[in-house]
Amino acid sequence: MATRPLPRFPEPDTEPFWQATKEHRLTYATCDECGKVVFFPRRHCPNCGSSRQTWHDSQGAGTIYSYSVIRQNRHPAFKDLGAYAIAYVDLDEGFRILSNIVGVADPTKDIKIGQRVRLRWEDQEGGEVSLPMFAPA
Amino acid sequence: MASAGGQRRDAAIVGIYEYPLRKVEGITPLEIKAESAKQALDDAGFKWSDVDAIYDAGDGGGAGGLGIAEYFGWQPNVIDTTAVGGSSYEFQASHALRDIAAGKARVALLTYGSTSRMNAVAIGTGGRTSAGPPSPVGNMEDSWGMTLIANYALVAQRHMYQYGTTSEQLAEISVATRHHAMRNPQAVRAMDDLGFVDTGELTVQDVVESRMVADPLHLLDSCMISDGGGAVVIASADAARGAKKKPVWLIGSGEATRYPTNDRDITRSAAEQSGPVAFGEAGVRPDEIDIAMIYDSFTITVLTILEDLGFCKKGEGGQFVQGGRLRYDTGSLPLNTDGGGLSSNHPGMRGIFLLIEAARQLRGESTSQVKDAKLALAHGNGGMLGSRHSGGTIILARD
Repeated sequence: MATRPLPRFPEPDTEPFWQATKEHRLTYATCDECGKVVFFPRRHCPNCGSSRQTWHDSQGAGTIYSYSVIRQNRHPAFKDLGAYAIAYVDLDEGFRILSNIVGVADPTKDIKIGQRVRLRWEDQEGGEVSLPMFAPA
Repeated sequence: MASAGGQRRDAAIVGIYEYPLRKVEGITPLEIKAESAKQALDDAGFKWSDVDAIYDAGDGGGAGGLGIAEYFGWQPNVIDTTAVGGSSYEFQASHALRDIAAGKARVALLTYGSTSRMNAVAIGTGGRTSAGPPSPVGNMEDSWGMTLIANYALVAQRHMYQYGTTSEQLAEISVATRHHAMRNPQAVRAMDDLGFVDTGELTVQDVVESRMVADPLHLLDSCMISDGGGAVVIASADAARGAKKKPVWLIGSGEATRYPTNDRDITRSAAEQSGPVAFGEAGVRPDEIDIAMIYDSFTITVLTILEDLGFCKKGEGGQFVQGGRLRYDTGSLPLNTDGGGLSSNHPGMRGIFLLIEAARQLRGESTSQVKDAKLALAHGNGGMLGSRHSGGTIILARD
């Protein structure tokens, strides 16, 4: 199976996030001025415009906000997966991430909105980044 | 600002044309745009040289407004390159209304052309979501195998969870739209040309039993991919006096965008912002609308937007679309009377057809004519409902 599309660089806003994945750390930033979570990562706080922020490690625990099961994808990187689930996951620290739900026998039956999930890393070839995915807790 | 009984009478649609074929060969998007422009100007009874304002979403490789003025052969006073996805035409109509009312333009032209089907553009399939150079959003979203329909399915899934909406309720939208398509010869031909397996009337059962593509959306919850295009001519009140047909006035407009945040309710769309602005400006209420043209990339798009525009309470869209409410003849809110993107025409960006059919209805020219139609609404959705999208609302009226 072909490699999945991976983040591309140089891309300074998301570079720290993806660097941390190599160490299996899921990270997010908070704004030093107004305290709001900054995610997707970018240098300027979308709430107040400040560029002073602090990065934190997430515990990797969250809840499924919504999901869908793609029954078939002809793209080379996904065609061998059969049916797979994409989801918005709300991490307990207050940020929402798009990812896949893995570790279920039947994604069309075993996934629910509101389900508690836990981080599971999928390392990518060449060790460039690791992809954060989620499995039932 | 001109008005009639408090309603604006600044600018009107005076010419329309929908390119008839949904499967084309040997013609480019630019040629579709030019042909549609000529036909729409003829429909208005205007000359090619009357156009003094152009609006272009950059479709068909026309290099947006810079290349398109040259291709068409105009030197307009307004060059507007608004490109926000499928709703671009509602945004452009809003800008044409503004520009004409400000005296900057007299005869505005909107055009669309696409050979998405011919180019086998994978509008809905997977792979990298982002094109172009690396971007923050691309880096966060490209790796998960998101498809276009899955993006909308995320909304449908959450809508079902929050409000108890069912697949059967969503299916009512496909059923009503197909019923209207069956009365539109161009739509009937389209379904045939595009190789639809089922080209007759649909039942709710047909829709929910069609192949599941991305849970909970089925094949028959989804729009077609066609070729096609069209044009709309919008003129000042003064220029409209010289047009062949009765003017279809633009009396209100609104624009908005919504996108993923860390706590956004994805069942709420940009329509909740653009709608009230348009209705407020028009001075009309949703229950006064005789015909609604709502972007139907998927059934969930229509359901969500109906709620957000205020036709019913948030979360009650499922009940609202049941019981034949959307039918052109017996329903209280006729919807997508041309057959929609679901069963008539969707070359990738459908917004211009919403304006065209709304104008047909107010002229009395629709193939599923609503009796005495006086007020119409066109709401376009651009981008993807489950992530970043735009909403453009236009309210139209006739004298």
